[in-house]
Amino acid sequence: MLPIQIIILLFLVFAVLKTVSGFKKGRVKIKELISWFVLWTGVAVITILPQTTTFFAHMLGVGQGADLVIYLSIIVLFYIIFRIYMKLEKIESDITRIVREITLKSKR
Amino acid sequence: MKIFVVIPAYNEAKTIVQVIQDIKKHIQNIIVVDDGSKDRTAQLAKEQKAIVYSHLINRGLGGALATGIKAALNHEADIILTFDADGQHQAEDIPKMIKPIVNSEADVVIGSRMLENNKMPWHRKMAVKIGNLITRFLFGAYTSDSQSGLRAFNKKAASSLRLVTNKMEVSSEIIKEIKRQNLRLKEIPIKAIYTDYSLSKGQNFFVGLKTAIKLLILRFRLK
Repeated sequence: MLPIQIIILLFLVFAVLKTVSGFKKGRVKIKELISWFVLWTGVAVITILPQTTTFFAHMLGVGQGADLVIYLSIIVLFYIIFRIYMKLEKIESDITRIVREITLKSKR
Repeated sequence: MKIFVVIPAYNEAKTIVQVIQDIKKHIQNIIVVDDGSKDRTAQLAKEQKAIVYSHLINRGLGGALATGIKAALNHEADIILTFDADGQHQAEDIPKMIKPIVNSEADVVIGSRMLENNKMPWHRKMAVKIGNLITRFLFGAYTSDSQSGLRAFNKKAASSLRLVTNKMEVSSEIIKEIKRQNLRLKEIPIKAIYTDYSLSKGQNFFVGLKTAIKLLILRFRLK
């Protein structure tokens, strides 16, 4: 096994333990626990058997497994940024509503 | 009929006194929304006997406008005008802005700077046209000046507006709401005075780009 594989696997174990402890403390919902678990398991499979990505890559017409992983990662990252942006917009307008209420109330 | 003028103001100490004095020649009820200004805007407005609402922190044009409109409705306004604090509008335009509403020909009147030959700098003219196109493309609503700050609403229109945006994108959001609520809109040509000061208060290229992105998000935003 390559050193990089060991490092990633150690990180995965750490991430899973962290999520499980979050679940026990009630900070992580069961749905979130399962989705994180599925994600980390997928990453573990890819780490131990990198050739599996090649199989999916060929299926989608991408030359190399590593390329597919990078394409997918970029798509996921863009999606996450978009979600965060939407959330920020929501928070911004919530703050405005609070400021407005305070302003209107203090005048009465 | 109770008529209120709403002036959103952020750091406008230089112009606010003159703007209020000019409006007072036509309308007595003036609400200034001091949007977390760091200068003496609020104090100066109070000295001019305007009703001042102060935001604790700066929220942007959209936030301030909606606060002002709500405040005016709390004062039982029948007609509400919005007026820029930077001195670009002329108070003499107020009577013709109100007229279509008094005659109940319209629910909303927008003072358009594009219908008359204004000495608007070419880059500003282009910016307004791009703003119009974006508004039309995203919300299917067209006006000759979607970015104008001089507007008049009757009570029904003012209370039906649902405004959620915080900054400059509010101008297009208002057009969107007019369309969504099927309000009767009339455009009136107005004169605008461009000074280096009022131009510095408008949107530059990057702010404009940000505004466009915010509008795009508004278009697809979940309620």
